[in-house]
Amino acid sequence: MSRADRRTPLHDVAIVGAYNTRQAKALDVSELEVLFDAMEGAVASANLSLADIDGVNVTSSTRRTNSREVVAWLGGRPSWTGVDIGIPGIVEAALAIAAGLCETVLMATAQVREYTDRASTAPWTRPSNEFVECFGLHTPGEFALMARRHMHLYGTPPEALAEVASAIRSNGARNPQAVHFGRPVTPDDVLRSRLIADPFHLLDCAMTSEGGGGLVLTRADRARDLGVTPVHLLGAGSDRQGMAYVTAPVWDLYGQVGARAAATAFAQAGLSPADIDVAELYDPFSFEIIRQLEVFGFCPPGEAADFVLDGQLRIDGSLPIDTDGGLMSFSHAGLVQLIQKPIAAVRQLRGELPDELTVPGAVTAVASNGGSGALFTDVLVLGAEAP
Amino acid sequence: MTDSRPLPTPTELSAPFWDGCRQGVLRVQQCRRCQALVFVPRPMCPTCQHTSLDWTDSGGKGSVYSFTVVHRPPRPAFAVPFVVAIIELDEGWYLLSNVIGCDPDAVHIGMTVEVAFTDMDETITLPLFRPV
Repeated sequence: MSRADRRTPLHDVAIVGAYNTRQAKALDVSELEVLFDAMEGAVASANLSLADIDGVNVTSSTRRTNSREVVAWLGGRPSWTGVDIGIPGIVEAALAIAAGLCETVLMATAQVREYTDRASTAPWTRPSNEFVECFGLHTPGEFALMARRHMHLYGTPPEALAEVASAIRSNGARNPQAVHFGRPVTPDDVLRSRLIADPFHLLDCAMTSEGGGGLVLTRADRARDLGVTPVHLLGAGSDRQGMAYVTAPVWDLYGQVGARAAATAFAQAGLSPADIDVAELYDPFSFEIIRQLEVFGFCPPGEAADFVLDGQLRIDGSLPIDTDGGLMSFSHAGLVQLIQKPIAAVRQLRGELPDELTVPGAVTAVASNGGSGALFTDVLVLGAEAP
Repeated sequence: MTDSRPLPTPTELSAPFWDGCRQGVLRVQQCRRCQALVFVPRPMCPTCQHTSLDWTDSGGKGSVYSFTVVHRPPRPAFAVPFVVAIIELDEGWYLLSNVIGCDPDAVHIGMTVEVAFTDMDETITLPLFRPV
């Protein structure tokens, strides 16, 4: 299938700025300062200034900064505000640009001091619904219930989960911007770490941290004039199967969530999984990577464990993943990481990561958000070359 | 069992379920048109989109579909380790719960279990499960 067969308005839009603020277990500055840094850093990385922005999707978690408020900060110049987050937020912004509602959109978000009750797990891991909270379900448990069923069906070994976590954490260990910079982790380290919700050990799970990030999108024809390397939107897709963390995470009902997202995104891009050079996959827990590899079509059902154990996810493998260190090692500042997956993909394709984390010759990347336990998965395909 | 875990606040939609637990009956919604069993409760049948659903009684027996032994609880109120499990009821519907009354390490997929109604306070009874 040629790309022309699946023309989408997304093809008229490019990402021209991508920026992460400083990330840390706990930052020593206010959430507003981090948000300002995310906004200014993102537009600077696009060779633009805030005066060039006419569409915004700018939020923060603890202070609950919203886009309409930010329009006021920008003197009322932006005429468009977005409401969705992460990859769907990027799609929403791109469609607004393609439809002529605005020309250049700033997406930025930040989170500081949302997680203060350290006797409990992070607030974003504790759903409050009446059919899960009273049974002690948290997101590690939710995703563990999916992992356990997959292990039962396919014999997926704990060593494969540990290799996923080790591969991702080894990337973060080499990324000076990562919270866990300088902390390489072996598969044995993962298996020896304390149990959280079996089969997940501590090092199978995302960290908790604080930080921010931002992206700038504009018309692809304008992107060429900015003096920066544009990264093109090749395709996107979404998959929704109900409300997150309300029903039991039954593998037979929800385990394939994301298949529709990937099928749509790859079709729009005119690519197959084999054409993808790097994958910034959402990594709340190690098993979720194995699931996405199968559901997105990188591996047949039940065969991702062998692919993983063969070292294919490492930087020198056939499908390097989470090259910035992901939620496990780079940062997991609550909702911020939804946008940081596309940021990682853009920075990888622009060659902005450290040399030892740069995938040679990479021109296509996939980013994902969500996961099986949450009953949603979004997929974005990006390219260094125009579609 | 009494502990300080967060307890459900029944809604108009879910009240028949929680009332049933209080009365020692496990209830599940059933579509009046296509007879599909529906859980968690909702105002529309997800199979045929009919909007009249009744409540029917479950036998309260089933098996463990998947489980996890939790060692780091969401809140200190939960004593660890404890078992969070998806129970597949014999009628073919799924419920999230805890398996109690056995060593967590003894729980396995396929283990047959039955509901163990457990009063938590003056109004809320949880449908926990124990090995048969």
